[in-house]
Amino acid sequence: MAEIIQEEKGKKGGKRRAKKFSTHIDMTPMVDLMCLLITFFMLTTAFSKSKVMVITMPEKDPIDKQKDQPKIPAWRTLNILLTENDQVYYYIGSADPKKPPLPTLTKTDFSKDGIRKVLLDKNRDLFTQIVTFRDKRQSGKLVVADTTADQEIKNMKKNDAKGPIVLIKADDKAKYKDIVDIIDEMAITNIASYAIVDITPVELDMLKTAPK
Amino acid sequence: MTPMVDLFSVLLIFLLLTASFRPQEAAIITTPNSVSEKQAPDKDIMTIIVDKSGKVFYNIDNGKDTTTHTRVNVLTEMAKQYQVSFTKKELTDFGNMASFGMPMTDMKKWLDATDAKAKEAFQVGIPTDSVAGRASELAMWIRFSRLANLNAEVAIKGDAETNYKVVKKVMDMLQANKVNKFNLVTSLEKEEVTLKDIPK
Repeated sequence: MAEIIQEEKGKKGGKRRAKKFSTHIDMTPMVDLMCLLITFFMLTTAFSKSKVMVITMPEKDPIDKQKDQPKIPAWRTLNILLTENDQVYYYIGSADPKKPPLPTLTKTDFSKDGIRKVLLDKNRDLFTQIVTFRDKRQSGKLVVADTTADQEIKNMKKNDAKGPIVLIKADDKAKYKDIVDIIDEMAITNIASYAIVDITPVELDMLKTAPK
Repeated sequence: MTPMVDLFSVLLIFLLLTASFRPQEAAIITTPNSVSEKQAPDKDIMTIIVDKSGKVFYNIDNGKDTTTHTRVNVLTEMAKQYQVSFTKKELTDFGNMASFGMPMTDMKKWLDATDAKAKEAFQVGIPTDSVAGRASELAMWIRFSRLANLNAEVAIKGDAETNYKVVKKVMDMLQANKVNKFNLVTSLEKEEVTLKDIPK
């Protein structure tokens, strides 16, 4: 890299010229290193912002207000139970010990063919509606402002009358990431209404006898 | 070539100096993944950090500009509640720090500790159980933070492997303080779902 170029000159007359050594250091590797370091610093300061997922919980009403809660039709209710080892169980309807028989739990998981398929199946109309809307925006066929688009999607969710109402319940053995994953699935499958509620003792018993 | 090297050196030194060092975080958390792309706000936010073992840490920022000393105000209120007194230096030090997690009885010792290892030893987590009919320390921190900064949003930064029970306890505590909207801190992991994925 460092070359010492020896100037060769023929002897001129009787005088002997002192040999000149000039050094040319090739700077390219140092420039490469500098480039890398700068790019690294520029990028890492930008990446340190983490993302957030917003969830809104229903207000914890005092017991006497619960009688005023609107009745949800049983065929629309999808109850998802989360427990240890990322296991997901679900059943449709309500589990009332006074009205036997209790529904059977179906076991599934967080893979693409798991709970997502169930949610897409039950929510197909709303999901199709929202995805076609988003695709139209992306392909340029429909041009609306971002805020208008968000409002439009919100209205679609509000006016939906066929999609499932999901009740998410987790027992003490579930991990935090299970809850985050299931709320994520809600966002992915565009579920209109879901809520995280406490697990009932009936459901805890159902989990004990559920298929492993 | 030399002028280019000079330029690069100047740029590098500029970036090195302007990048401010983040104060030491109380615990290392691996957040779960989600498709959410919303950025975490870095001002007017109170973060409740729950690590794998269920220890709870807390962080609150100083508000929108340098005139609102939110952290100092909250600590002063907590000091009154728990009958601890802090010197001016301890208060200013606290104002410049980040997340912390220890009972109020150890707070003074943590602020006075100079050695990083000794400081780390104090981070055992904020008590979440109510004692003798009085609300837990965490509930007090949340209440005074909300009073000090009404615009503050609440973020929950939990480790993926934390037991949901602890996080539920924190969320119940927040709901008791009339907070119903939370930001869960996650890492981005995109998922593409199209119309073809709907089962027949």
